Amino acid sequence: MTARDDILGGIRRALGRGPLPAEVRAELAERVDNHRRNLVPARAAGLDPPARIDLFVAMAEEVQTTVARVASAAEIPAEVARYLAAENLPAELVMAPHPALEAIPWQNRPLLQVRRGRAEPGDAVSLTPCLAAVAETGTLMLVSGAETPTTLNFLPDTHIAVVRAGQVVASYEDGWDLVRRLGAMPRTVNFVTGPSRTGDIEQRIQLGAHGPRRLHVVLVDEHEPVSHGSPVG
Amino acid sequence: MEPTSHAFIANARAELGNPTLQRALGLARTGFPARRRQAIDRLPEFEDLREEGRGIKDHTLAHLDYYLELYERNVSAAGGRVHWARDAAEARAIVLEICRAAGAKIVTKGKSMVAEEIALNDHLEANGITPVETDLGEYIIQLRHEPPSHIIAPAIHLMKEQVADTFRAAHRELPPARQLDDPRELCDEARTILRPQFLAADVGITGANFLVAETGSSIIVTNEGNGDLTQTLPPVHVVIASLEKVVPTLEDAATLLRLLARSATGQEFSSYTTVSTGPRRPGDLDGPAQYHVVLLDNGRTDLLGGEFQDMLRCLRCSACLNHCPVYAAVGGHAYGWVYPGPMGAVLTPALVGLHEAGHLPNASTFCGRCESVCPVKIPLPKMMRHWREREFARQLSPAVYRTGMRLWAALATRPELYHALTAITGRVLGWAGKARGRFRSLPLAAGWTSVRDMPAPEGRTFQALWAERQRAPGGRRR
Repeated sequence: MTARDDILGGIRRALGRGPLPAEVRAELAERVDNHRRNLVPARAAGLDPPARIDLFVAMAEEVQTTVARVASAAEIPAEVARYLAAENLPAELVMAPHPALEAIPWQNRPLLQVRRGRAEPGDAVSLTPCLAAVAETGTLMLVSGAETPTTLNFLPDTHIAVVRAGQVVASYEDGWDLVRRLGAMPRTVNFVTGPSRTGDIEQRIQLGAHGPRRLHVVLVDEHEPVSHGSPVG
Repeated sequence: MEPTSHAFIANARAELGNPTLQRALGLARTGFPARRRQAIDRLPEFEDLREEGRGIKDHTLAHLDYYLELYERNVSAAGGRVHWARDAAEARAIVLEICRAAGAKIVTKGKSMVAEEIALNDHLEANGITPVETDLGEYIIQLRHEPPSHIIAPAIHLMKEQVADTFRAAHRELPPARQLDDPRELCDEARTILRPQFLAADVGITGANFLVAETGSSIIVTNEGNGDLTQTLPPVHVVIASLEKVVPTLEDAATLLRLLARSATGQEFSSYTTVSTGPRRPGDLDGPAQYHVVLLDNGRTDLLGGEFQDMLRCLRCSACLNHCPVYAAVGGHAYGWVYPGPMGAVLTPALVGLHEAGHLPNASTFCGRCESVCPVKIPLPKMMRHWREREFARQLSPAVYRTGMRLWAALATRPELYHALTAITGRVLGWAGKARGRFRSLPLAAGWTSVRDMPAPEGRTFQALWAERQRAPGGRRR
């Protein structure tokens, strides 16, 4: 008997039954297919978009994410350059090869060196888009794909993420709806809430344990439709 | 690891006399409960979420065979592979085989209690593969050859000076005179040392907080980002998880995630919650080429359908440890195996046998805090009582204890005799202890009086006072 058969048989024996009857299996399949939401906290669910965005910013800042709000995508290069200078970082970064980021007028900032691709060990700063931003806990939702390599979220010391106002959703469940609209599950969905941290030594919180030491969000207050997962609600 | 739970009493006594451990535990006693309280006070729905969390887990356990098969189908559909392991030896062999097939020399690891349970590191090392723990706390205790003393803060028993000594002894390539006085410096040193290991690793092994049947995904929750580097950089990702981690849908996972971080560290959400489904996709620029899941039973299915089934709801959040007066006094190592505190007192006897771990369910005051803070409402005290009953029934407890219990039972089941005897004893002790108000020693009560005084009774028994109040004019009547 294989381990698989042994374990599944053991489960049925312990539960005092044989394989589930067809009608129960159908009910369970329906439960999965419907993937009904459980209780979703009211904290963010009832807010209109401006208040939801404010909640996202407040919750993100609470966990040491820094947030800069700009009026349009055209202002992103200047904000990125300002942030890097303020943090005393070199004016170079590795960027996700994603259409939404390619559309940004980087040529306005010729001194900012932008490489496209995955993160390599020497990269100090990364720039990524996101699928959504969850107001409930100030959380970014990033998915992997050919245009959005996961290493950008973890390897460099500084991670800059571009969030469009329309991408700010209330809950994780809103985020799941966006993931499902992508079709197949991506290899990785990252929920990122602030920079890397640890409290493993005497419970004193240190930022930058293994992942990024800094997480900076550039929040674009324009409401044009977004190519990469459209907003809900 | 080999359990030493049978030596709990001696272990606990030694830990109570360890001043460094007591200092470290002092930090934990206040920190975790206060942060949890704060987080929960901010979420009015928390109690309702606990109820939902319990419901999700109970539903899944009642249909565990269905959800595991669905999970396996969806892992396969996404290009991954599920390996079933009946016990620790099978799980170790599967992981070793995957590592060998990958030609692995270095294996990085994210934090995994199941890997501790099956003593995976020893097995890899014995077969010429170097496992590198990457969670800061796990890395520290790996260097010290110690087991974890806490589920989410494995090095909670150490002070920073001990960590500094450990790093100086292990990182010989660094200047010996370097400064290592502060957690910041220690954290930076670990980051610097471990970064090349992440990049050199051939296989990355993580645990799983949840497995999602609907999508065939595994979910890990971390703060450091070590789990993500572990599972993204090497060509092979191995997830090792016990089978009760499965939940039906992403929505169910979201509900349990809301409970987990708040109960564990008191965070609104941990820094990183990562959902992984299969290997890298065509066109992906990074991510592992292979994705394996080792599903471990190791005695868990035996708990289904019985009085310990509720234990399989456990999320491994550590809230019960953080709120336990016994854990806070003796720390995690005294429990003698992988799982400490109240959840360990229930789970360990089930996994390693009551004969080995019979002391653990006795190490409780039954104050009930563990159950009251459990995010999925596991009735831990009730289950410890079940173990005590079994211990008694199997005659595993000492003869003196068993005789004492029998006498007590004889007395407690005869109310008239009980009331008469307690009234007399109370009066006699009250008279004898009148002068000092307490006793330094008492016959048959050395277990109490050897470490503290016994207060002398001051009057009549509670039962007598209660009866009097009921009779008094204006008193409540049943």
